Amino acid sequence: MALSVRANAPSPGRAAGALLGRLARSREATLALVVIVLAALVWLAAPSFLSPTNLISVTSFTAIIAIAAVGEALVIITKNIDLSVESTMGLVAFVVAVVLQGRNIPVPAAWAFGIGLGLALGMANGVIITIFRVPSIVATLGTLSIYRGLTYWVANGKEITTSDLPANYTDPSSQTFFGVPLFVILAVAVVIVAGIALRYTVAGRALYAVGSNADAAATIGVRARSTVFMAFAVSGMLAGMAGVLWGIQFGQLYASSANGQSLAVIAAVVVGGVSISGGSGTVVGAAIGALFLGLINNALVVLNLPQEWLQVIYGAVILLAVATDALVQVRAQRAKARSRLR
Amino acid sequence: MSEDRPIDAIESTKATSAPPPAALAGVSKRFGATQALTDVSLDVMAGEIHALVGENGAGKSTIVKVFAGIHQPDSGTVVLDGNPTLVHGPAHARSLGIAVVHQEPRLFPDLTVAENVFMGHAPMGRLGTLNWREMRQSADRIFESLNVRMDTGEIVRGLSMADQQLIEIAKALSIDARVLILDEPTASLSTHEVERLFSIVRQTRDRGVAILFVSHRLEEVFQLCDRATVLRDGRHVITAPTSELDAPTLVRHMVGRAVSLFPRSTAHIGDVLLDVRGLTRVGAFRDVTFSVRSGEIVGLAGLVGAGRTEIARVLFGLDRADVGEIRLDGKRVHFRSPSEALGAGVAYVPEDRHIDGLVEGFTISENVTLPIIPRLFPHLFMRTGRERTLTAGYAERLRIRATGMDDLIESLSGGNQQKVVIAKWLATKPRVLILDEPTRGVDIGAKVEVHRIISDLAASGLGIVLISSELPEVLAMSDRIMVLHEGRIAAEIPRAEASEERVMLAATGQMAEETASGS
Repeated sequence: MALSVRANAPSPGRAAGALLGRLARSREATLALVVIVLAALVWLAAPSFLSPTNLISVTSFTAIIAIAAVGEALVIITKNIDLSVESTMGLVAFVVAVVLQGRNIPVPAAWAFGIGLGLALGMANGVIITIFRVPSIVATLGTLSIYRGLTYWVANGKEITTSDLPANYTDPSSQTFFGVPLFVILAVAVVIVAGIALRYTVAGRALYAVGSNADAAATIGVRARSTVFMAFAVSGMLAGMAGVLWGIQFGQLYASSANGQSLAVIAAVVVGGVSISGGSGTVVGAAIGALFLGLINNALVVLNLPQEWLQVIYGAVILLAVATDALVQVRAQRAKARSRLR
Repeated sequence: MSEDRPIDAIESTKATSAPPPAALAGVSKRFGATQALTDVSLDVMAGEIHALVGENGAGKSTIVKVFAGIHQPDSGTVVLDGNPTLVHGPAHARSLGIAVVHQEPRLFPDLTVAENVFMGHAPMGRLGTLNWREMRQSADRIFESLNVRMDTGEIVRGLSMADQQLIEIAKALSIDARVLILDEPTASLSTHEVERLFSIVRQTRDRGVAILFVSHRLEEVFQLCDRATVLRDGRHVITAPTSELDAPTLVRHMVGRAVSLFPRSTAHIGDVLLDVRGLTRVGAFRDVTFSVRSGEIVGLAGLVGAGRTEIARVLFGLDRADVGEIRLDGKRVHFRSPSEALGAGVAYVPEDRHIDGLVEGFTISENVTLPIIPRLFPHLFMRTGRERTLTAGYAERLRIRATGMDDLIESLSGGNQQKVVIAKWLATKPRVLILDEPTRGVDIGAKVEVHRIISDLAASGLGIVLISSELPEVLAMSDRIMVLHEGRIAAEIPRAEASEERVMLAATGQMAEETASGS
């Protein structure tokens, strides 16, 4: 008997579905193109955009957001969210500075301590979510406030200026190797390591499995809770790293440092094509998303546009990206269904 | 199509006296107050397809879950190849070579077909990293061996239920399962897809895999299976070769009494209620014309994807038609929403009661009165007493078995839940009732009751559109059958001339020229 009546031959419907699917899948490429065009436009409008000082400033800020966005991407792929990133960054940046103040500690040790603190804060998120079963949006909303509150407590009304810190503390932010800023090298390294882990390791695929269908993951023995815990721990660690870099970048630290950056980080992740409903997306996309936002941020500066618009733009980017995803998905699904009918 | 029953296959395994790959020995299992299984023993031989039948609640799914390691028996044990084995969990079951294809495919919609097949046991490269190319090639080989065309690089989201089921089977084969358990795999498939599945299951059997096949559909048991075990109320009733059984015997063992299927009393057929002319929705169906009279049951048959549900959705105002007209009592109507359709007297009992039909966490009466709340309570406040009285009336008429109208909907059996869905739409006092797969997933006893209800409703003057993938059901219930093929009406067959063969021929597009001569 004939085994396949369903027409599998290419048809307009199927071709359209495949095209839309490919477009949705190559979100990274599309966004990279947008970034290049946007950069060219900004450069035409304000040639100072390409000055070395400005380029280092753009890329360093972008690198910090990108590193945090890689961690956030891991969390969002598991169908969770980490709102506490900015408070982790702020607390780590401040505590590292406090630790160094008036003590004779090697600076790299303080940095390592900061990254470790970020890991601990991320693990605390993970415990609240996987052991106490608090939904991540609530759990990290709580720690967003708690970690910020701790920073205010540590700061005790004071701020830290460059003069309080070891000499040349902020130098690494302008350091370059073969013309590439140090921060960019760090961010690229993080993206490569995380990207390979996501694509080629069992633990990486488990993140997608849990985010795509947690029940199905359980039936093949993927442990959802330890997977989610791991994602939050790594997210905290990378937010800690971003916090250390934030301190180096700005030198001047307040209890409110990095306030509002969670929005930028989440916007970078979703505009980079990581589905907010879990199960799909890449860290490369998240990093390009960070570049996109960093570019817009900088464009406002070099074009002398009002900075107040930044919040509006971040919010609009999130909404636009999520709405586009939903539309593309519905279209692709319908095209697939039609191709079955023909 | 004829297929030799390899009774000799069983005989040969008996001859070599190899212990059965999968068996239960005296298994009992209790959940709270419910005794799900009592002292059940059964064995599944290598190279046999063993049917497991019984009504809902008979304990079939508990047995599946015991083999799958989801539940552990309170007493008794799973015996694999003669060795008593404690199956700790799903992953352990898989490592023991037991693959379970659950009723609802459990796949990762965002990942590719190949990755779905190999998730959990992906081929690894030298550095302990995933070998994507080999994963893809191995998946291709499995589908090739099944004679199925499948793009293993495609994302699973949007694939048909039938394709998803095949991916589940490919998963089972990819772990070299020696025991394959299929839990009602045909529930969502059209007749043709069922044929394809069966031929794959037979191939798998012929490789020497022991297959346990759980099903509601008796004709499948006889068509496919070598032996059958009947369960009733968690107890083993009988195990026998299917060649020594017939349908009435099997039903008698299942329900413990003899029942006649499909009681259909013919009703007085009155005026045309619903008239559909040249209805077209691009990409779903084309040029659909039919009418439904008062007291008449019109069956919509066809393969899954032929456009049956899509037509129902347009009639109910969920989707819009691109071309064509719908008349109700001779007046042209344009429904822009389900509430307009309900207002005009058209109700739709959807295909999946879990997704579209019922609100879990609500009581029976809250579910029933959901669509008529504004009508029932024109003022600001709701009075639950009125809800309950109204619901109790329907519960009595439809014989909904529950302790009270305040029972939570999820505490009812599948059949009773389906009756609540029907009650809910009857509460809107429809004149035309569209039923989409009204007996899917309900047991035989409840099925007979649902059929009686449908029959009574027609007798009371409703016009009924019945969508069903079960041919015997459509044939027995319908006054006329409209057969759809790829979005067009391929044939209109009056009750007297209807047979499974004619409907199948039309549904597979081999009788398209009959459209004109239909009536």
